[in-house]
Amino acid sequence: MEVMLVLKAVAALGGLGLVFGSLLEVTSRKFAVEVDPRVSLLLAVLPGANCGACGLPGCEAAAEAIASGKIPIDSCVAGGQETLEAVARVMGVEVTTLIEPFRAFIRCGGGRGKVSLRFLYDGVADCVIAEKTTHGDLACSYGCLGLGSCVKSCPFDALSIGENHLPVVNWAKCTGCGICVSICPRKIISLVPEKAQIGVACNSKDKGPVVRKICQVGCIACNACVKVCESGAITLVDNLAIIDYKKCTFCGKCIEKCPTKCIVLL
Amino acid sequence: MVVLPLSQHVGAPCEPLIQVGDKVKAGQKVAESSAFCSAPIHSPVFGEVKAIEPHLTFTSAKVMSIVIAPFEEQQEERIVVPRDETELTPEVIREIVKEAGIVGLGGAAFPTHVKLSPPKEKPIDTVIINGCECEPYLTVDHRNLLEKPEKIIDGLKLIMKTVSAKQGYIAIEDNKPDAIETILKHCEKEVEIDVVALKTKYPQGAEKQLIKAILKREVPSGGLPFDVGALVQNVGTTIAISEAVREGKPLIERIITVSGQGIKEAKNLLVKIGTLARELIDFCGDVVGETGKIIFGGPMTGYALFTLDVPVVKGTSGIVVIPKKMTPELRDQIDLCIRCGRCVEACPSRIMPNFILDFTLAEKLDLVEKYGVLDCIECGCCGFVCPTKRPFVQLIRYAKGKILEEKKA
Repeated sequence: MEVMLVLKAVAALGGLGLVFGSLLEVTSRKFAVEVDPRVSLLLAVLPGANCGACGLPGCEAAAEAIASGKIPIDSCVAGGQETLEAVARVMGVEVTTLIEPFRAFIRCGGGRGKVSLRFLYDGVADCVIAEKTTHGDLACSYGCLGLGSCVKSCPFDALSIGENHLPVVNWAKCTGCGICVSICPRKIISLVPEKAQIGVACNSKDKGPVVRKICQVGCIACNACVKVCESGAITLVDNLAIIDYKKCTFCGKCIEKCPTKCIVLL
Repeated sequence: MVVLPLSQHVGAPCEPLIQVGDKVKAGQKVAESSAFCSAPIHSPVFGEVKAIEPHLTFTSAKVMSIVIAPFEEQQEERIVVPRDETELTPEVIREIVKEAGIVGLGGAAFPTHVKLSPPKEKPIDTVIINGCECEPYLTVDHRNLLEKPEKIIDGLKLIMKTVSAKQGYIAIEDNKPDAIETILKHCEKEVEIDVVALKTKYPQGAEKQLIKAILKREVPSGGLPFDVGALVQNVGTTIAISEAVREGKPLIERIITVSGQGIKEAKNLLVKIGTLARELIDFCGDVVGETGKIIFGGPMTGYALFTLDVPVVKGTSGIVVIPKKMTPELRDQIDLCIRCGRCVEACPSRIMPNFILDFTLAEKLDLVEKYGVLDCIECGCCGFVCPTKRPFVQLIRYAKGKILEEKKA
């Protein structure tokens, strides 16, 4: 009697299993979703940092978009040339473009002690919030607030706050994705070509005398660098020296000439 | 030197009507805007326009301002149009108030003529004159109640006429018995005006809280006082309305409290708009001892100044000097919430500041809005009671700005 009960139970459960199993098999064949096999391959070659520099929510979205041809194959800024070549291999196309790698550069040298303060800030340690609510504690309305919004935003851990409250970029880790550029409320960070060796570490559009009064290392628009530059790469725009990296030969004469030492070696 | 920021009210900033080098009379209109929600600005002195340039204001931002150097001898321009009561229709009163550049003098600086033009489908039955000080330390309303009771009652009647309200209240906190007595004496004959004594507490002078206290009507979330048929005006504004209508005087001066334990002699001063804070501090005998903070506005909602070269604007109700020993130490980080819930208990708008703070820090703006950040009146009670002194108002101001920015876009 008891043997029969066990057999019945096994038969009933086994039967149910068989029915549902076959149902599952049928539906999975009938309603199968075609997945482009290239998506998973692309996902493997993309950096996987989900930085969002391509304009999509993450690397998975980017892989799908590249596979379906919605965005060009060189859309991954962070991955650079290496990723472009890998993506091209997956997609079966030839690489014709050369991605010029960019790196983030902090265009401010006015750390604590070098630029005067208007007041002592005692609020939330976030540049965006500080700028919006108090317009910053620095006397310079263009300088780095040093509260590290860029550091928090970096998906590649390439930024850190240095001793003088200024962010420091680790060029080995920076991919030039530009997330920090868009976060910075004062637009201090810019992307420069990786090969660049010289940069103007100042963002102030104030006139020379104003800058002199509040900052030891600001660009005073004295024009000395423009005059000394042999390749004509430096121009003054809004009281600020701008280097054109297409023309710059990195001779370094401007660094020597700059009276406030705001042109620096990268 | 008088500095007139072109944006000292809620609404569109003004455009200057004069040029550098022009001579302006006291009371002459020097800037206006064509937008409805705006208020013109008048020169408070007879002098010469020295510059039109960005000048630092109390929020630590630079705002385009007119700088006027006053002459030794002063003369004032006033256009008084004698009118009898029948000529003073609501439209005429509104126009006079608008031309006089009157804004809410309690602190928010909302253009008064806009407040006097409620939508047709929302009739106003009650006008409340707010004589409850907006913040601790300030005694502006108290002085006004004692010194200009006739003008307050006249102004109230003008407002009631403009919005055709039947009932008027003058609300005074119960720690000012002399003011209550004075006002009662002056409105014995006025049947439609009542004086109410309210419990002394902060923020009793906040518009929505005042309506709740007197009329037991609650302004809905996101609503305005006219949604419950009420209109609130500060006593200073009421006096300005009366003076504009009866004497043709534009809003060129106001009463300001200079107070705090760190000032030699606390005073209420009648000040020309545009006077620099430095002159007021000097007039009151300068600061004494070690100064901690000089706050522009009241101690709860005001802005700490880092320079005294900022002008008094229409919405400035006081300058408070707090000595060093009363100001907290600077901290290098925000402490975490200990979940005591005191901010929730303290909040007069009945929102939950603790959640709003956390969501703001996490950049979840949709949740911040859902939790009612736009109903916050920025009274600062949450930050005041918080045992870990979290920066509530700074983050709320940031979140509000961000939400309104996104709504505009």
